[in-house]
Amino acid sequence: MELLGLYHYWVFVVLMMIGFYAIVAKVNLVKRLIGLSLFQSAVFLLYITMSKVTGGTAPILQDGMVDQVFSNPLPQVLILTAIVVGISTTALGLGIVVRIKEEYGTIEEHEIQEINQR
Amino acid sequence: MTGIEAHLPVLQVVVPLLMAPLVILLQPRGLAWAATTATSLMAFLVAVQLTIVVLGGQELYYELGGWSAPYGIALNVDSFSALLLLILTGASTLALLAGKVSIDTQIEAPRQPLFYSAWLLVLAGLAGILVAADAFNIFVFMEISSLASYVLVAGGPDRRALPAVFKYLVMGTIGATFYLIGVGLVYMMTGTLNLLDMEARIHEVADLKPILVAAGFITVGLALKAAVFPLHMWLPGAYTYAPHAVTVFLAACATKVSLYVLLRFDFVVFQQNLVGHDIQFAAFLMPLAVLAILVGSAVAMFETNLKRLLAYSSVAQIGYILLGTSMVSVLGLTASLLHMFNHALAKGTLFLAVMCLALRVTDLNFSHLAGAARQMPWTFGALMLGGLSLIGIPGTAGFISKWYLISAALDEGLLGIALIAVIVIGSLMAVVYIWRIVETTWFKPAVDGNATLSEAPLPMLLVTWFCALANLWFGLAPSLPLRLSGTAAESLLQHLP
Repeated sequence: MELLGLYHYWVFVVLMMIGFYAIVAKVNLVKRLIGLSLFQSAVFLLYITMSKVTGGTAPILQDGMVDQVFSNPLPQVLILTAIVVGISTTALGLGIVVRIKEEYGTIEEHEIQEINQR
Repeated sequence: MTGIEAHLPVLQVVVPLLMAPLVILLQPRGLAWAATTATSLMAFLVAVQLTIVVLGGQELYYELGGWSAPYGIALNVDSFSALLLLILTGASTLALLAGKVSIDTQIEAPRQPLFYSAWLLVLAGLAGILVAADAFNIFVFMEISSLASYVLVAGGPDRRALPAVFKYLVMGTIGATFYLIGVGLVYMMTGTLNLLDMEARIHEVADLKPILVAAGFITVGLALKAAVFPLHMWLPGAYTYAPHAVTVFLAACATKVSLYVLLRFDFVVFQQNLVGHDIQFAAFLMPLAVLAILVGSAVAMFETNLKRLLAYSSVAQIGYILLGTSMVSVLGLTASLLHMFNHALAKGTLFLAVMCLALRVTDLNFSHLAGAARQMPWTFGALMLGGLSLIGIPGTAGFISKWYLISAALDEGLLGIALIAVIVIGSLMAVVYIWRIVETTWFKPAVDGNATLSEAPLPMLLVTWFCALANLWFGLAPSLPLRLSGTAAESLLQHLP
């Protein structure tokens, strides 16, 4: 029961491992970038789940709200920054893939290696 | 402290960060270079000023916008950060001063302002890591510098840089994300991101699993960024195919800044709090350090591309730095911090000389370098000095740090003897690969057009020789880096039981 109760951590771990698998096992560079994005998103989820307080609502102060429980806003703010970083990384990665396609005519890693060894 | 001096830590980051977008607007030829060099020089002067303050026994603490520490962003400069700030800004300035001609030939004129902008972002990011006092800002600055350095490495004309930089990007991002996971777990358990607060609060939760997991994630993630063996796979490709000026800059400081964060975390946050962690740290990093020295040097001995040879030698040198740290003693840590400084000097000189060489010879494989040194004696003279310092010949900077490393190992008893053997073997292997360069370039009959090469332009040679002579200077009068690294080592270890 305890294992099921921690389901959000399982989501994090499984998602991260799917992403990691794609990074390690795929030879197509775009697929590896997709893996990298998944891998990063999993970490975003970890941060979001840790900020959740049971019964807590969005941390916005309003008149007439007394004794309200709020979720911790800090990890959410941190993850906003990390999402921006993630987007920049993916964009830069895709940019590099486009350049690789222009130069090598392929985005399969083993074919690029073959061309380089020639 | 009054006036501008109190604001030095933030100036170190803000000046290059603000200049980065402005440089893009400077389209006229040479202007972007001049602005970047001036900014870098100013950052260097700020670093020197910071060092003077720190050497006076003060630690600088800065609160951004006047918000106090738990809520605001704090910056912190002690002798460890000052030492690395000197390396960072010095390497950037020298690489820019020497690199103008090289960059002009490797980067097309319209793209140069963008290139220099990325350069300043790397400088700002790395400086940010060094002054930041909280874990999340370190992550943000790390990503700023990493993203910009991918751009720099991919900027050159060699298309093989692209797959190399893709690998660098993937591994660098994995490293940073691991670090982020670790920081998240520590935040979950302690409720703070400030490194010093973490240290104070982690006692209560130190024996819980998440902290152990966090220590693992942070160590592995930063080891990836710092190219600790066997996580160094991105380094040789990235250094080999990057534009030559970028190699000078990154080889001298990029991995060391990641090592800085690793040491900060391990010693300030985790080391004294996790039961038996001093054994774990040494037990985990020492074999890696030994393997890095042996394997890195061995690969360098058989490498046929000059830049790749030096890149593998960097892997080995990171091993020396880690070896000193993994002894977890004041002497060992002093040796390793000193080696950061001295290796930056030696590798900086070597890559500066390679940059001079690459202006005249396009292919840096040994088969194309035969006989080149006889036509470019000044370039290769500097290369030799850098090489001697890398080996650790007495009288050069490299000797001082290896000497300290060996004295630290002597305190370790029987294990220390084995470590000394490793250090000596590593240095002998360095003799072999430096000798291979000498043999090919001086004694082999000239190939291709190598008999008619001309010497590199004077400004480049001047900077290269300045750096080469600094190797001698800091080999004979090492008191400045020694004082900084000694104080830094003591402050890192002060909390240890």
